[in-house]
Amino acid sequence: MVDMQKKYYRWSLYLAGLLILLGFTVLVSLSIGEINFGLGEIVNILRKGGESMEYTILKQIRIPRVLLGIAVGGSLSLSGILLQGVYRNPLVEPYTLGISGGASLGVAFVVVFGLHHLIGSFMLPLAGFVGSFLIIFLVYTLSTRNGKVNIQSMLLTGVMVSFIASSTMMLLMSVTNSENVHGIIFWIMGSLDEPDMSLTYTILIISIISLFASYLFVQPLNALRLGEEKAKHLGINTDTAIKLLFLMSSLLAGVSVAVAGIIGFVGLIIPHVMRLLVGSDYRILLVSSFLSGAIFLVLSDVIARTIIAPNELPIGVITGIIGGIVFLLMMSRSSYRARKNNG
Amino acid sequence: MGSTILNIQHLCCGYPKFQLSGITVEMPKGSFTGIIGPNGSGKTTLFRAITGTLGIKSGQILLGDKNLHSLAPRQRAQRIAIVSQFIESGDISVEDYVLMGRIPYHSKFSFFESEEDFEIAQKYMEMTGTWKFKDRLMSELSGGEQQLAGIARALTQQPELLLLDEPTSHLDITHQVRILNLLQQLNQEMGLSVLMVIHDLNLASEYCDRLILINQGTVHMQGTPEEVLTFQNIEDVYQTVVVTQNNPLSGKPAIFLASRKVLKEIQERLAKGEQRKED
Repeated sequence: MVDMQKKYYRWSLYLAGLLILLGFTVLVSLSIGEINFGLGEIVNILRKGGESMEYTILKQIRIPRVLLGIAVGGSLSLSGILLQGVYRNPLVEPYTLGISGGASLGVAFVVVFGLHHLIGSFMLPLAGFVGSFLIIFLVYTLSTRNGKVNIQSMLLTGVMVSFIASSTMMLLMSVTNSENVHGIIFWIMGSLDEPDMSLTYTILIISIISLFASYLFVQPLNALRLGEEKAKHLGINTDTAIKLLFLMSSLLAGVSVAVAGIIGFVGLIIPHVMRLLVGSDYRILLVSSFLSGAIFLVLSDVIARTIIAPNELPIGVITGIIGGIVFLLMMSRSSYRARKNNG
Repeated sequence: MGSTILNIQHLCCGYPKFQLSGITVEMPKGSFTGIIGPNGSGKTTLFRAITGTLGIKSGQILLGDKNLHSLAPRQRAQRIAIVSQFIESGDISVEDYVLMGRIPYHSKFSFFESEEDFEIAQKYMEMTGTWKFKDRLMSELSGGEQQLAGIARALTQQPELLLLDEPTSHLDITHQVRILNLLQQLNQEMGLSVLMVIHDLNLASEYCDRLILINQGTVHMQGTPEEVLTFQNIEDVYQTVVVTQNNPLSGKPAIFLASRKVLKEIQERLAKGEQRKED
């Protein structure tokens, strides 16, 4: 019997390891910047509080940025793992279904028609969010017949609608002036630099609530590993679960993109790597995807800020390059292992 | 009449291009029943109607004395367990896969398996001989071992009725016999009612106590193997010439096929013989 609960023991080790890693990453990110603090200093500065410059830098700049990194990284990664669970396809990520295409189109539309000064700094995130949700709604409606969603056709529809959205965005960019084009591209490349604290807190709260809410679907997600029909045989109401999971992952990816722009690869690679590391049980997979997405993005942000300091690289560039390389390495190692096992 | 486990009355269901019609079948509790019939005759459609995957147009399916379609999915999964033809489960360990059979008994929000869940899973893994694979991944097992794990998972659901879709169709004879012997043992020792779709008429005859012969969307005949597997019935339904004889060990009907060449030679020999008689 003891043997059987080894699984839970292993899970708590993963969880503890990831939490420690996250704590360490956060400290590193807080300490590095134009002025470097020692890791130990940070605690002291925060405890003293008051008017010191160090405290202001931490409180006004670095902490919000780290929190946004955790929220966006966690959200994108959680969104990816939920979608991969629903589609039983490890190549699906939030952007496959048109969330990024819709968000960029929304932003491009607002910038090109000069609407982005209307309600201040909220306008671009709002445009991105509305754009991504309109596209998701369109994809969802196009793949629904008789009140049932055909998730396989939804994937194709999503890819096509994505193409149409990004082509339309290109069209808008080709007819507008270069200043606007620059604005759009800058937004698309993504950044964790968000001056508005309330947006940061909103997405942080949404991401944490979603993480807890996703655990209500852990049973359907685990059963769906066997396929939709077999999950039904186990008494799971797959239709409802799929709809709600789809909605939740769209929301997560939608708010992330709206606030931080299009940061690629997190939603694809982190779930993949986690599946290889912790196994396919969603009970551990959901939380470890969230945590490692957060770690990965905070770390990528440190690199983006420091590698050509005082200038900053777009974080999407870092996630793409690092994520891609790490992923290829893991793939070649695991296929090597598989070959060795079979041979 | 508490003695029927499955009672299908005047069932009509199907797809736009293929319909089952007027299916009436009664399956006694504790019986080991086989659904046989040619490809495209409607075996799988009937199977899907009983598993609840396919809606029905008219008629009804009673499980015990309850209407199958009025049962909530979870209740249904506690009473009927299904083993599909292919058990594709990828990167799940055998133990985790078998434990999934407890899902119908878990509350929606329960997170950890209970001690009882582990005990039940272990019991049926030992019974099916899959306990020694428990830490391997499902994808690393052979087809026969996957079927055994599938049966272990189904038993872990502790059902009254076990449904199997061609459990032996892609296996060698060792595994075919091993799986059917296991099913027979479960049927006799635990009183589990077993209903399986099966292609192999000889295996159906050897193991089942009742057969339902389906043809063109209707029940052609049902009864004991001796009643159903006559050469007339088989030739009517399968459009193939066969010879039936009893298995020398079990006394159950066994079906022999003959190649066209042999049939032709026999015909020629018969013709010659008649000619000689005429001469």
